[in-house]
Amino acid sequence: MTFSALFIQLLNGLAGAASLFLLAAGLSLIFGVTRIVNFAHGSFMMLGAYLAYSLIGRLGGSGVGYWGAVLLAALGVGSLGALVEATLLRRLYRAPELLQLIATFGIVLIMGDAVLHIWGAEDLLGPRAPGLQGTVSILGSAVPQYDLFLIACGPLVWLSLVFLLRRTRWGLLVRAASQDRVMTAALGVDQARLFSGVFFVGTMLAGLAGALQLPREPANLNIDLAVIADAFVVTVAGGLGSISGAFIAALIIGVVKALCIGVGEITLFGMTLALSKLTLVVEFMVMAIVLIVRPWGLLGRPPPASPGIELRELQQPPGRRFAFGVAAGLLLLVATGFVADEYTLVLLTEIAVFALFALSLQLLMGTGGMASFGHAAFLGSGAYAAALASRVLPMGWALLIAPLVAGALALFCGWFCVRLSGVYLAMLTLAFAQIVWSIVWQSDAVTGGSNGLVGIWPPAWLSSPQAYYLLCLALVAATILLLWRVSFSTFGYALRAARDSPLRAAACGIDVRRVRWVAFALAGAFAGFAGALYVYAKGSIAPEILAIPRSIDGLVIVLLGGLQALSGPLVGAAAFIGLQDTVARHTEYWRAFVGAAILAITLAFPAGIVGTLKHWLRRERT
Amino acid sequence: MTGPLLVVEQLSKAFGAVVALADLTCTVAAGERVAIIGPNGAGKTTLFNVLGGQLRADGGTVRLGEQRISGLPPHAIARLGVARTFQVAATFASMTVRENVQIALLAHCGEQRSLWLQAWVRHAPEAQALLDRVGIGALAARACSTLAYVDLKRVELAIALALQPRLLLMDEPTAGMAALERSRLMTLVSGLARSDGMAVLFTEHDMDIVFSHADRILVLNRGRLIADGSPAAVRSNPEVRAAYLGTAA
Repeated sequence: MTFSALFIQLLNGLAGAASLFLLAAGLSLIFGVTRIVNFAHGSFMMLGAYLAYSLIGRLGGSGVGYWGAVLLAALGVGSLGALVEATLLRRLYRAPELLQLIATFGIVLIMGDAVLHIWGAEDLLGPRAPGLQGTVSILGSAVPQYDLFLIACGPLVWLSLVFLLRRTRWGLLVRAASQDRVMTAALGVDQARLFSGVFFVGTMLAGLAGALQLPREPANLNIDLAVIADAFVVTVAGGLGSISGAFIAALIIGVVKALCIGVGEITLFGMTLALSKLTLVVEFMVMAIVLIVRPWGLLGRPPPASPGIELRELQQPPGRRFAFGVAAGLLLLVATGFVADEYTLVLLTEIAVFALFALSLQLLMGTGGMASFGHAAFLGSGAYAAALASRVLPMGWALLIAPLVAGALALFCGWFCVRLSGVYLAMLTLAFAQIVWSIVWQSDAVTGGSNGLVGIWPPAWLSSPQAYYLLCLALVAATILLLWRVSFSTFGYALRAARDSPLRAAACGIDVRRVRWVAFALAGAFAGFAGALYVYAKGSIAPEILAIPRSIDGLVIVLLGGLQALSGPLVGAAAFIGLQDTVARHTEYWRAFVGAAILAITLAFPAGIVGTLKHWLRRERT
Repeated sequence: MTGPLLVVEQLSKAFGAVVALADLTCTVAAGERVAIIGPNGAGKTTLFNVLGGQLRADGGTVRLGEQRISGLPPHAIARLGVARTFQVAATFASMTVRENVQIALLAHCGEQRSLWLQAWVRHAPEAQALLDRVGIGALAARACSTLAYVDLKRVELAIALALQPRLLLMDEPTAGMAALERSRLMTLVSGLARSDGMAVLFTEHDMDIVFSHADRILVLNRGRLIADGSPAAVRSNPEVRAAYLGTAA
């Protein structure tokens, strides 16, 4: 590796850091004022790229036309952002953070399908920027002018933002609102306008990032989720709400990534390590180190004490009526196994698996108060562990190994995660899941990469959908009963105590961090078991089982059923998987449908199906 | 065992430029009831948070018996026998009043790790007895989130007593209570101090309570200990009068 090649990589990394910063700065700005973590931020960037592509096509490739198109794209995205804030998100400011995060994910799904509908599934490569098509010779190598332009953009935007925040009246109001929303409102500041303004600026930056990225990378439908994980890592490492922190973090991560690619392979103690394959892991390691040293990021301040989830409703152990209900439901499901057709049985098997997955997430989120946005990492790692084990071991062993592997992974991730709370925790779990996903995706030799693994079937006596359904039902039912028992065990109560009041729990002698850590590992293990059952039901496994949308499916199921209700995940799984199956048969835009469902739940029925039914019943009685 | 139960030596804590505790040294003996008084911002709550482990001191040490407890996390300090109530009552909102106390009891017995033992049947009679003792036995089955604030403070006290502490820290235990309730609650605590040898360190704004229920009074002002003595001695101390009345000493 020559020095000049390393230098080129460094410049490349800095150019990447610039667009990452634009994205993270907007995210941070929006969070600082509105306390909303905008999951859809990557979608706004994606929209910026597509919009710029179309506008450049329309306005011509001349200098004025091109840059005018870029600017218009950014402004267009900003306007849409302000519109989304004014029509949807404004209704959510009082909702728990978790619901807000989920609602913005609903927007991700809708925007994704909208872009697919308008621009199609093909990648669209934009023309090169006029005036910046050439290269500059630095240290004997040709550096694209456009990269240098991007490198300059980062500090330029940073300085303008700092100027805007420090030197203008609007900036003063934004800073005031970031520190104390209520007081700012009490002083007569029009919050609605301020918040819309912040959303406009934040999403405009995202749109600008997308438009500026176009000459480097074609507009494609994967931008939204690919960049949001990066942006989360940068914002969390920099400190939520801190623009300068985001700038520093983007630089560090950009440079470290570039170095990894630049250095390539290194040999340590006789082992050859391909650093270039580890860029995502390295990015995460930077964040992990930052968070261990400074839990609120490089320049962040501890957030005002606000739990991600607020649950004040009394939770009592289930009574005899509940037990009868469960027994009756179980009998009905067993009976269904003997009469239903194969299609229904396959669907019911999937519902059972996802009910278990969602219940493990509920233990973490409901009982533990820890919102995970990456729970599919454990579902998927269990599934992959079972799939790999099945190559050499019988199914029984694979079912045993899967939860152990997933639990061990959760134990590792949990060690970092339980140090944080609220949105910080949610974002860290999401980053973890993204790392696991990328490792699986890149490890072709072991996991089959993007193709996944195929031909994982249960033994012959279980090969009919009916037999497998009945086995699955028995195992899932037993595991669910066990999970319910755990929820009301002394450990479950200690976990709930730690959620209700960490201060009081610790003062009672409960090691809050340890209790949470154990819960994290347990939830991971149970999810891993669900993953193993899933893999044998499908016969194959692909990386999408670990991806962010899967984690969100779990969240939606839990919320759809009701975070508080014991039977919530079961009802939620039935409703969600059933609906998805029905909708997917009729339209290719089922993701948008799921997104709309998410918005409907978060805006209208935050207590979920079971929770809402309970409320209605109670009102009837009184 | 001889010697004081709690020994605080040269404890200091600052928040930026604000000095909350400056070189504070004091002791509390087993079974002793000690009141800490002082104007707002004197450092009373900071002292409690350092003793309980919620805050880390900048300098100095705290020992409980022979054991150094400064620097330990809150749960470790609690297990060594220091229980506390908070200035703003902290309870478990999603549980019944009785379950709140049960949690403390099972944590005290080290049962919080079991995944199998069912929590709501553990220690129910003891929890009920403790609630009866602090005068809210009738509320045992109520959801904690529906209680009046005054009753929440009693729940907190029951939780703290469930831990059978050697030292009980109470940050304004009677705030918001009527006069009769105040004295009843403090009489209860005094009785426990006498019968179980539990030391009590408390802050209080009501001087009647302080002078009738404290064996000794510590007076803090701007993080400094300006007086340490019997109620009678403190009452006549000119520096204390100055701090409270604002005239130059």
